[in-house]
Amino acid sequence: MASSTSSTSPCAACKFLRRKCQPECVFAPYFPPDQPQKFANVHKVFGASNVTKLLNELLPHQREDAVNSLAYEADMRLRDPVYGCVGVISLLQHQLRQLQLDLSCAKSELSKYQNLGLINHHQNLGINNLIAAAGGGGGGAAHHHHHQFFPRDRHHHHQAIAMNSYDAASSLLAMNVSASLGGQFHHTPRADDRSRNIIDPS
Amino acid sequence: MSNPISSRCAACKYLRRRCPQDCIFSPYFPSNDPQRFAYVHRIYGASNVGKLLQQLPERARSEATESLYYEALCRIQDPVYGCAGIVSWLQQQIHDVESEIAKTQAEITVFLNSTVNISEPNTQYSRTNEQGMENLTNKHKEPLQ
Repeated sequence: MASSTSSTSPCAACKFLRRKCQPECVFAPYFPPDQPQKFANVHKVFGASNVTKLLNELLPHQREDAVNSLAYEADMRLRDPVYGCVGVISLLQHQLRQLQLDLSCAKSELSKYQNLGLINHHQNLGINNLIAAAGGGGGGAAHHHHHQFFPRDRHHHHQAIAMNSYDAASSLLAMNVSASLGGQFHHTPRADDRSRNIIDPS
Repeated sequence: MSNPISSRCAACKYLRRRCPQDCIFSPYFPSNDPQRFAYVHRIYGASNVGKLLQQLPERARSEATESLYYEALCRIQDPVYGCAGIVSWLQQQIHDVESEIAKTQAEITVFLNSTVNISEPNTQYSRTNEQGMENLTNKHKEPLQ
């Protein structure tokens, strides 16, 4: 019987491991032969047997996402051997904190303008009525320019950011809190993700 | 030379081996926290962790161990997405907040434009005033000539 591998090329994992790629190879669906670096990275960081164990604990429809996230983490770890993915999380958390401060500032500014707009609207109605009553003649104060009332004051925000400048230890502490909440950070396009605890007998 | 059995590090205890004096794991996996090594070993394997630590300067190994532990913990809690799931979530949060900032700034702009429109009736008064000022200026110029 002709070997099935003669018509299909071995997956990247089996090529790397220099072994025959069986039809039921657990790696084959996720490590195509045209992406050798993907498996090389995953193997270097996690090891083939650990990846096999991880995949075997998941349902088949979860494995592609799992492999891709492992490949991402492996890539990050190889780029940054000290912090890996955690370094990226640190940066993003910092960025998010800054943006949240910016948003808070913008909302505060908007509400001030909204309040001022209401006051000015009433004032302008009052002035127009006076002008109309006086036949459009002179008198009346110079028109207020809105911007002078609420100059952008972001100095205190920059101070807050400076005070929050963190070292890796404090950021990791913060992330320990996030880790305990990690169960919330599911990205599960599939509705039956809760069934992942079922061990696949295969 | 190895550490006495009673003072083996968590890694060597887990791996049931002697703990040498120069054990690569010993400074970062103390015996009083066995779960730490258990998690890291489960995801990465002792050999991979050892190789990774060996390749790093000593001053960086403590931070590296912390981040490996954190990633292992994330992967155990979320076997499908692990830490990558948190990255994804943060990126989405950033995108959402950026959108909200843009929306708020647009509202501020709309609001400012609408308040300028409300003030238009006064510009007629302002122009009248300016013309009056100009006339006064011209009047003053003539005697000087």
